[in-house]
Order: sequence, then structure tokens, then C-alpha cells
Amino acid sequence: MSTLEIKDLHASVKTEDGPTEILKGVTLTIDGGETHAIMGPNGSGKSTLAYSIAGHPKYQITSGSVTLDGADVLAMSVDERARAGLFLAMQYPVEVPGVSVSNFLRTAKTAIDGEAPKLRTWVKDVNATMSRVQMDPTFAQRNVNEGFSGGEKKRHEIVQLELLNPKVAVLDETDSGLDIDALKIVSEGVNRFRAQEGKGVLLITHYTRILRYIQPDRVHVFVDGRIAESGGAELADELEANGYEKYTGAAV
Amino acid sequence: MTVTETPAVARAVETTDKVLSHLHPEGAWEVEAHPVPGRKDEIWRFTPLKRLKELHADAPFQESATTCTWTAPEGVRVEGVDGEEAESLKGISGWVPNSRFAARVLAEVPSVLLVDVPAELEAAEPVMIDLTGTDASVTEAGRVALRFGRHSRAVVVLNHTGSASLAQVVEVEVGDGAQVTVVSLQDWADDAVHLTHHQALVGRDASYKHVAITFGGDVVRMDANVTYDGPGGEAELLGLYFADEGQHIEHRLFADHTAPRTKSNVVYKGALQGDGAHTVWIGNVLIRKVAEGIETFEENRNLVLTDGCRADSVPNLEIETGEIEGAGHASATARFDDQQLFYLRSRGISETEARRLVVHGFFGDLIRKVGVPALEERLQSTVESELERHLLSLG
Ligand SMILES: Nc1ncnc2c1ncn2[C@@H]1O[C@H](COP(=O)(O)OP(=O)(O)O)[C@@H](O)[C@H]1O
Ligand SMILES: [Mg+2]
Repeated sequence: MSTLEIKDLHASVKTEDGPTEILKGVTLTIDGGETHAIMGPNGSGKSTLAYSIAGHPKYQITSGSVTLDGADVLAMSVDERARAGLFLAMQYPVEVPGVSVSNFLRTAKTAIDGEAPKLRTWVKDVNATMSRVQMDPTFAQRNVNEGFSGGEKKRHEIVQLELLNPKVAVLDETDSGLDIDALKIVSEGVNRFRAQEGKGVLLITHYTRILRYIQPDRVHVFVDGRIAESGGAELADELEANGYEKYTGAAV
Repeated sequence: MTVTETPAVARAVETTDKVLSHLHPEGAWEVEAHPVPGRKDEIWRFTPLKRLKELHADAPFQESATTCTWTAPEGVRVEGVDGEEAESLKGISGWVPNSRFAARVLAEVPSVLLVDVPAELEAAEPVMIDLTGTDASVTEAGRVALRFGRHSRAVVVLNHTGSASLAQVVEVEVGDGAQVTVVSLQDWADDAVHLTHHQALVGRDASYKHVAITFGGDVVRMDANVTYDGPGGEAELLGLYFADEGQHIEHRLFADHTAPRTKSNVVYKGALQGDGAHTVWIGNVLIRKVAEGIETFEENRNLVLTDGCRADSVPNLEIETGEIEGAGHASATARFDDQQLFYLRSRGISETEARRLVVHGFFGDLIRKVGVPALEERLQSTVESELERHLLSLG
């Protein structure tokens, strides 16, 4: 059972005109076994929240705290956070030329576990995980995300989620840009992860569509750098019907 | 990644009859026809002349302090020759010296290391030539002649290590239909100075792969030039370099398309780290009037790993005929990509390991293109040890 606790988190991004505050006090606790959905309009700061949890150097944390099972996440480097059990599926996965998927996955797995995976079972695990999200095993020989379609990139994120098996996964718009079949495949991957005991999920999304496949325990409406309202799964239905204008004062 | 791409052919100079540039130097055998170069000369302006120990000017060529050993497969003659034979090997690349140091090397050095691959021979193993310097305070000169007979296949590796101050001319004759690879590895000690000119003449339907790999030395400046002796010849000019603190590494390429339906493909990649690391890449391509139906592409990519480095990259394409199949170039200099590092690190990979992956990835496809299995491992491990020097202390 692990708990991710975010308290009054403020973060800014460096711009030409000095730092701009994007996160304006986010407070959120994800207990083990829970899935929280964060829903909000474009530009509300959802990715900033995800990146701030993962430690992206572009974002400065100005105040607040993030802890994982009591350990100070903000004091950790990016890779230490991952080794502590955090995982971020990115909205825009990055291409890494010249580094093969298989090399990448093995290096990451070795780093997370602190020892190299057993060669025999590892290759089998990778192949099985890839075929579960309908990625051809030949992808293992390709360079990380290079020339992948949008959907392939997202499925590759899910492969990593399943292989690295963190304590808490933050999924940043893993659903956007997916057709309905790919959305189901990706959702099944997330559900396999969730089916394990004590795993936390922070599911960031713009659309309610994915919530038909991944049932959240809590839904938070995210507007202008903070949580505007929280509720149960029914809050998503209300957003589906009415959109965000109630919160933003304008059609989105 | 911040990348500056020069769009293909954007800087191409279309010339008609009159020829503009330094791509048409007047060659001359006489040393005195070549004045001592200065900073103002276009082709020397990037080079730190003061650090060349006068090799570009009139440094005495002393008795060599560099040992030369080799292994060669059956049927390939490798020998130091002098006298008339050495004389007759001058200009086998169809070239007349166009710089003072090259003219001096050809005029003053009475002997030449000859690698002679007979026609039709398919060499089973690479010819490995080790040039091992012992004293950088000795200014010296050397000549190498590589002669590949018609339809032969062979690989020659020139491996430069140790300390030396060397002015060198390497002439290459690639017979019709031959398929050859010449690798020149500059893995010098930190104090070495190496001024070298590689000139190749590619025969009809022959293919010539030239690979320049430069890791060591205080100053290394290499010209790697190719011209064509008949239609259908192909040249692939590859380069990999890694400049550390204070190092000057300069690679100048010149594909002179002197015959129709010839090809040139240039790919050079370099990494720079440490204060004052300076690399220069000049990619000259000239498509002469007769050279109809040719194809050329040249590419230079630099990866800047730390502050305080400078990578100059100048593609230069001159076209004298409209009848070409394709011509293009790309030149990009990028810093370590923060997004790539973040992505890798967000998967638990340490910063050092992430940097290592990115750099190996950067060079990886090029190392595979070298196509000499005996060298691949060595190149990987040299890249590795170059990285150890700095990357591990970062972050
Ligand atoms: N690097 C940056 N420079 C300037 N502004 C940024 C930067 N990154 C994000 N922002 C701004 O921060 C706000 C939130 O962005 P983001 O977190 O990506 O929102 P979301 O993921 O909800 O669409 C936006 O107004 C965006 O323009
Ligand atoms: Mg976003």
C-alpha cells in the first residue's frame, strides 16, 4: 500500500518575462489502490502537475510538498523518483535516436530493480507485454519512439508501465489521439496494472471517453492551476454533459 | 533539440563558366609556388597555425620518431619503398599538391609506405598499419600510397597513436570496379600535431569508402579529397570525432565530381566536451560541367556536451551543370537534449547512464556504417572512454 500526497503545490515555469506561476496550490492524496482522474481544459496546468511530480527541470517548485509513503519526492532527482516507484506516461513521449527499445527497456528495468533482469524470462516478458498491447515484437529493435505513430508511442508507454511496474503511475493524456481500438488496448493495460494490490493511478485527461474503460474512484476538475471541484465518478458524467464552462466562465 | 538545419541546396552556388571559389586551387609541385599560409587564407582561417609547430610552413622534416608496423593478408604487398619506385608513386591519385606542406612532403620525403593490392585480389583480412609516435618534439613527415588494382576488394586501416608532430600525404588509387575501404584512426596522445592530406582517385564503377576517426591529438587537420577517374564511381566519406578540452579537430572534405554518374555521400558526426574544444567541418562538393547525372549528399552533425565548446560546420556545394540527379546537404549542431535526458531519467536511468545512451545513440549508426567488424568494438570502447573522462564528473 503506498500513498502519494501532494500538498499546496505551487510551481512556475521560466519564461522570457521571468517566472510564471502555473500551479497555484494543488492538494491531492492518492491512497494505494485508488485511481484519481484529473480533468481540465487545455492550458489549465495538468501536464505541469505531472511534470512537477516527475521532476522535469523546466518547472520550479516554489512551495508545497510531494511525498511518496512519507518520503520527500521533491528532494529526489528525476531518476530517484522513478526508482522510488513513480512513473509518468507522457503526453508526448520523446524520441531517442540510436537507442533501441530493447536496450532502453533493459537499462530502465535494471535501474529500477537495482539488478539486471534474468535474460531468458526478460525477453519473454518483453515480448508478451508488447503483444498484449498489440505492438509487434520487431518494435524492440527500433529506436525509442522514433517514427512511431501517436498511438504506438502511447502503447509503448503502457509497455513501460507494465514492465517497470511502479507504485504510482501518472498518466498524462494517454488517451488523446487514440482511436477507439487503441483506447481499449491502452485502458486494458492500465486496468491490468490497477488490478494489482495497492497501486495508485493519477489519470490526467481532457475527455471523459477513457473513463468508460477505466473507472476512477475520484474525479477532480482542474482549472487554472488548481483543483476546482472534487467528487466521485458521477462528476465525470456531469462534465460530459456540461463541459467546463461552469468553472471557467467560458465555453471550452 | 535546438537544431539549425540548413535546407538542402539553400547555400548552393550556381556558377556558369566562371568559377568563384577556393575549390579550384592551382596545384604545383614546386614548394615555392605555395606561399606560407596565414590566418587570412580562406582554407586556413579556422586552423590555429601557432600550434602547428611550423608544419604548415618550413619546419624541418627530421628523422622519424614514429614507428611503423603492419599486418597484411596474403597477396597484399606492404613495404616501405624509395628511389624510383617512390618517385613513380607521386601523383597516383591524379593530384598535384595544392598546399605548401603537401608539396614539401612530396618533394622532400624520399620514401613512401606502399600498400599494393593486386587486381582481382579479394583480401581476406584488413591491412592493419600502426603508426606509433614516440616524440612530439620531432617534426617529421610521411608519405603513404595505397594502390588498389582493378576489381580488388580490400580494407586498409591506418592507426595513429602516441606522440608525434607529423605532416603526411596519403595518396589512394582505386582501380576500376574495385571496392575498398580506407580507415584512418587518429587516436593520438594529447600533445600530437597531425597535418594530413588524403587524396583519392576513384576508378570507373569503383567504390571507395573513406573513414576518418579522430579522438586524440592537440591539433589534427585532415583533408579528405576524392576525384573520379571515370563514370560510375562512388565515394562514401565517413567521419567520427570527439574533441576534448583544448583540442582542435578539423576535417575538410572535398568531393570533386569530375566524371558523370558518380556519387558522393558524406556523413560526419562529432561530439565536443570541455573548455576550448573546437571542431571544424568543411564539406566541399563541386559538380563539374562534365559531371552529369551525379548524386551527392553531405551531412555533418555535432553534439555539444558541455559549455565552452565550438563546432564550426560549413557545407559548400558548387554546381556547374544543371543535369544532376540529386544534391543536398544538412548541417546541425545540437546540445544535449534535455527532453531526451528527462525521458530516460524518468524511467530510473541515472543521468550518467542517460548521457551515455544518448551519445552512443548519436554515434551508433555511423559506427555500424564503418563496416569493419574488427574496429566496431574498439570504436565503441573508445567513445566510452572519451565519455568517462568528462561525463562521469558531471551532474
Ligand atoms: N515552457 C513553458 N513556457 C511557457 N509557458 C508554459 C510552458 N509550459 C507550460 N506553459 C504554460 O503553462 C500553462 C499550462 O500548461 P500545461 O501544463 O501544458 O497545461 P495542460 O496540460 O493542462 O494543457 C499553459 O498556459 C502553457 O502555455
Ligand atoms: Mg497537457
